[in-house]
Amino acid sequence: MTNPKPTVAVYKFSSCDGCQLSLLNMEDELLNLAEAIDIAFFIEASRATKPGPYDIALVEGSVTTPHEAERIKEIRQEAKILIALGTCATAGGVQALRNFTDASKYADVVYAHPEFLHYLPTATPIADHVKVDLELWGCPVNKMQVIEVIVALLNGRKPNLPAYPVCLECKRRGTVCVLVDKGIPCIGPATQAGCGALCPTNGRGCYGCFGPYRDANSNSLTNTLQAMERYPGETLRLFRGISGNAPLFRKAADAILSNGKETK
Amino acid sequence: MKTIEVPALARVEGEGGLYIGLDNGKAVEIRLDIYEPPRFFEGFLRDRFLQEVPDITARICGICPVAYQMSSAFALENALGIKIAPQVRALRRLMYCGEYIESHALHIYLLQAPDLLGKESAFEVAAIAPDVVKNALRLKKIGNEILKAIGGRSVHPVNVCIGGFYQWPDARPLKVLLPELEWGLQAALDCVKWAVTLPYPELEIDYEFVALHHPNEYGIIEGEVWSSKGRKLSIADYEKGYIEEHVKHSNALHGHTVDGDTYQVGPIARLNINHEQLLPNAQKALKENKIKLPIKNPYKSLIARAVELVQAYEEAIQLVQAYKPEGPAHVDLKLKAGEGAGATEAPRGLLYHRYQIDDHGLIKFAKITPPTAQNLPRIEADLFQLAPKIVKMPEAEATLTAEHLVRSYDPCISCATHFLKLNVEEKGK
Repeated sequence: MTNPKPTVAVYKFSSCDGCQLSLLNMEDELLNLAEAIDIAFFIEASRATKPGPYDIALVEGSVTTPHEAERIKEIRQEAKILIALGTCATAGGVQALRNFTDASKYADVVYAHPEFLHYLPTATPIADHVKVDLELWGCPVNKMQVIEVIVALLNGRKPNLPAYPVCLECKRRGTVCVLVDKGIPCIGPATQAGCGALCPTNGRGCYGCFGPYRDANSNSLTNTLQAMERYPGETLRLFRGISGNAPLFRKAADAILSNGKETK
Repeated sequence: MKTIEVPALARVEGEGGLYIGLDNGKAVEIRLDIYEPPRFFEGFLRDRFLQEVPDITARICGICPVAYQMSSAFALENALGIKIAPQVRALRRLMYCGEYIESHALHIYLLQAPDLLGKESAFEVAAIAPDVVKNALRLKKIGNEILKAIGGRSVHPVNVCIGGFYQWPDARPLKVLLPELEWGLQAALDCVKWAVTLPYPELEIDYEFVALHHPNEYGIIEGEVWSSKGRKLSIADYEKGYIEEHVKHSNALHGHTVDGDTYQVGPIARLNINHEQLLPNAQKALKENKIKLPIKNPYKSLIARAVELVQAYEEAIQLVQAYKPEGPAHVDLKLKAGEGAGATEAPRGLLYHRYQIDDHGLIKFAKITPPTAQNLPRIEADLFQLAPKIVKMPEAEATLTAEHLVRSYDPCISCATHFLKLNVEEKGK
């Protein structure tokens, strides 16, 4: 980057605000960060906005309305580097649970009051609409990863992000495997690291909020999990959760449904 | 000046705009446009297993996920007829202290104070008063640290379950926070001192305030739903007093009382109704700073938040000191069909949940009434009352004064736009 103080814009799409908040939750780093970058557009933090183009756009949330589908194109045009921030932006997030229901359920409302409501039948990740330069997963994102990405960009190097499953984080922390040792269903073996293995460390199974690990063997994991379900449909629900619209988890859930082991 | 328009409200959670139409110095039309997209949470919850609910409802709001987890947990525990252990209850209150601290510190210093200091953002405040912002961030961080110690992370913590907690958090990461908590209590007391000196716009409104009330503690979890006009309801009867309707310009429902009146929830409501239950330092802060109750100026919610910041720090210290995990961290669930309601006080106000579950513990019906949906019609009514005062101001000042009013409610717009599925269900009947 040639400009010594790159301009950064932060945008919100359909989301809970948690990933933007992770920026404001950088209590130890925020003021230093504000010196290193020019926070040019961040509505949640400031009334003052500077016009684009921007060096970096951080985009939180999924695309769920026709307006958002247009807006993301404009944002892309104004940004040199576009980063999708969090599981809504990278996979559709919890909003994408609508993708698995019959969209016609909503038809009554759509046709009765088209002037009231404008929304799409699906919630989709940013990369379905525009080119995304970097995806940062997590619900919410790990703020240390956000800092790593910004620092890497400032220094013109590649960000150092984990490319292994949650299992390795458990091993590193010395957390005993909840799946093997306690018989608790866990999709950590198929989930990308980044959270620090929070759920197993808290005595529960991972529910996949950092999205799928690229090389996961979901078939094998499904077989293991289905043999230990604590209630019918638990495995399906684990895959079809916060990151349920991510291709690998979607495939795993579809496989469970098509094998007919599930009624729902 | 014919209109005041703010296409995108800054320093609020979520996406909304403001439109005020004026005629001869009177407001003829006021809309708080909520264009934050509709989010179908009640729909997503259908047929999910009850233990998944706190993880899903947390995602309604990144700033107050604990509130959603707590109201869900209490409602579903009521549906199953479970009574949580006293230590679980204490730990839930401690979590809530953490959320009040991070949310209130964020709102006081980063979202509202810039309006009172004539700045556009906390970054600009930092340029003239770096110590104020540094202290603000330190205050806020301690709240997040409490949440991290109990729930693994501050946004969407992972340890809350129906019946209690997945496991007791280690005592050590909590106990090491004590010196910071002691610092925070003093800083919060200073915050109240500073808060009463700020130049709030003048506006007095005769509100109906609604908040949870508990006889033995500052009402945050459990208790009764009290109104300043005398209405007292059990949580289970909440819907007999308060209803929601769908209005055209908003993707959020609008709440009002059964008598058709608007009402206010949030820190001012809580403080006005529950000040007798405050702990000694918070009482002292009220007295020493000559804070007169009831507060009727919506801009002064900052003062109420500052007093609650003292309360949250004070209670957090007590709870951390007393924390000694013993016995099971959660009750084993015996699943059965049923219905249950739960309400807790999110930092922004009363948050009500009701669920129906079947024999297998699957959610058959969910209703969630967030604080901002209850406050929206009240904010619009406030703006009508504000209009005559601001028409003579220069446009920029008038706009800022109106915007500041909206911000002073700490609206959580993402939370308020959760509803649509419910509406669909009713139409399908």
